[in-house]
Amino acid sequence: MIATVNRKPANRLRRLGKDFYRYRYLLLMLLPAVTYIIIFAYIPMTGIVLAFKRYNYAGGIYGSPWAGLSNFRFLIISNQLWPLTRNTLLYNFTFIVLGICSQVGFALILNEIGSKRLQKTFQSCMLLPYFISWVVVASIMQAFFSFDYGIVNRTLESFGMDKVNIYAKPDIWPFLIVFVYLWKQIGYGSVIYLAAMAGIDPGLYEAAEIDGATLSQRIRYITIPSITPTIIIMFLLAVGQIFRGDFGLFYQLVGNNALILPKTDILDLFIYRALITTNDYGMSSAAGLYQSVMCFITIMSVNFLIKKINPDYTLF
Amino acid sequence: MNTALTHQRRSPRRSGDVIVLHTIGYFFVIVFSLMCLLPFLLIITSSLNSESSIIRNGYSFTINDFSLAAYKLAFKSPQKILWAYRNTIGATVIGTTGAVLLASMTGFVLQRKDFTWRNGFSFFFFFTMLFNGGLVPWYILCVRYLGLKNNYLALILPMLFSVWNMIIAKSFIRGIPFEITESVMVDGGNDITIFFRIILPMSKPLLATIGLFTALSYWNDWYNSMLFINKDNLKSLQYFLNELLGSIQAMKLLATYDNPSALQGVTLPQESLKMAMTIITTGPILFLYPFVQKYFIKGLTIGAVKG
Repeated sequence: MIATVNRKPANRLRRLGKDFYRYRYLLLMLLPAVTYIIIFAYIPMTGIVLAFKRYNYAGGIYGSPWAGLSNFRFLIISNQLWPLTRNTLLYNFTFIVLGICSQVGFALILNEIGSKRLQKTFQSCMLLPYFISWVVVASIMQAFFSFDYGIVNRTLESFGMDKVNIYAKPDIWPFLIVFVYLWKQIGYGSVIYLAAMAGIDPGLYEAAEIDGATLSQRIRYITIPSITPTIIIMFLLAVGQIFRGDFGLFYQLVGNNALILPKTDILDLFIYRALITTNDYGMSSAAGLYQSVMCFITIMSVNFLIKKINPDYTLF
Repeated sequence: MNTALTHQRRSPRRSGDVIVLHTIGYFFVIVFSLMCLLPFLLIITSSLNSESSIIRNGYSFTINDFSLAAYKLAFKSPQKILWAYRNTIGATVIGTTGAVLLASMTGFVLQRKDFTWRNGFSFFFFFTMLFNGGLVPWYILCVRYLGLKNNYLALILPMLFSVWNMIIAKSFIRGIPFEITESVMVDGGNDITIFFRIILPMSKPLLATIGLFTALSYWNDWYNSMLFINKDNLKSLQYFLNELLGSIQAMKLLATYDNPSALQGVTLPQESLKMAMTIITTGPILFLYPFVQKYFIKGLTIGAVKG
């Protein structure tokens, strides 16, 4: 082993060449994906220098003049970074906690349904929202909440109450967004947890039944502990992405409505707006770099902590 | 005999608990299932109501004044709809085929036990999941250097390869015994023939899973059109719907200039048209849903296994 390492460079090179020849087909098969990743992931990664530049069209990514930290200074001075971060974190945290609770809850219920056909039917209904795009969700929102024709306002009117213009009421939106998120994701999540429950040894339940365990005891002492690894993995995967918001959800539901943005603006919306609407490349890439770095730090620390606590659950 | 006895003895205590929990459970599941179904019903009924009925009664769950005017209008000057359909179907077919092939081929190489460089390459791919350059450099690269602005490839390329799918493929193919690969190699087959002749046919559940997920995201994509496309003949279906919903004068968007007389002097079914267009864009998914969702559920289970 040591001998191989200490070989002369010429030998090592020859060995590399030999390996290269031996792996020629495998490498050929890797080539498309490697090229793709270099172009669409690694080259943009070098583009993070833009956050420290004053972008102009003639200079492009690498030729534009340096601007030091001024992009970041503007981002901080304009008092946007903290509200954006807070919104992104709070929304994602709520999504994670309520998401897992509701998904596990519905999986538990589906798991109890004896008839396979009934279980499949419910599952199909619940999975349906997962299949549609956020644009269609926006269309559904119009059908429900449109000020003039929405079914909610028409119903309120028929009871003699005042119509509500939700697009002018920022305080409703956090609830609405969380609700829509849960509505779209519950089916997907419960399928995953249900699959984990299907893997539990039925002998455990039989034994529990013989011992006279009630249903709630069986859920508490058998089902939940058995799916805990799945829950933890899903939780960690989500926490690792806590700085990344669901752009489609926020963009399609809120868009650029300045009235409700203070309650609903997240980093991803801001980055998009700065890039496309105001063409402020510096600000946008500074916010983007901030988001990427925070994401990286979170996922690394989450993984590090897990490795300390229980190495079985590490993500990588 | 014995089991029957114990059963009888325990049943009163057990049933109380079970009945209460089951009632609550069924209640929640039924209510939530309805919450998932009813919005679609509302869209369908609204699209079938006449415009005057919508203005009078709002969108409603009942068909008050049946009318196909919205659908007729949508297909009267269908040029833009047909373009959008063509673009989305094309991107879905090409993109899904490419993505399935790329993910499974890469996954196959990276799971090969005899490929000593596999860890290095795996990290090369995996790192992009941990860190990325963000939207701006990516966007500038696509627009300035790759020329994706108003280019049909903009609807395909950005979603062509997913590291996540590749990891799923890797862990699935790892489950196929290596001896099969070895035996073909002894017979003189190379890696490419092994992959196409042996591994691909054995990986049908994997291909179905990745295919479904990818096809769904291509079909539902509006983001890439929004970023890169402003020519009508290149927009995707969902983005077309998005513009229609956003515009106050939905008609303008739909009307083609070669046929303006068709739209003169009629009350235009604006609101019902939005709903009809929603049905037209989602239709294929809703139609295929009952057939594909069981594969989807199976696929989720494959994907849920840690890679």
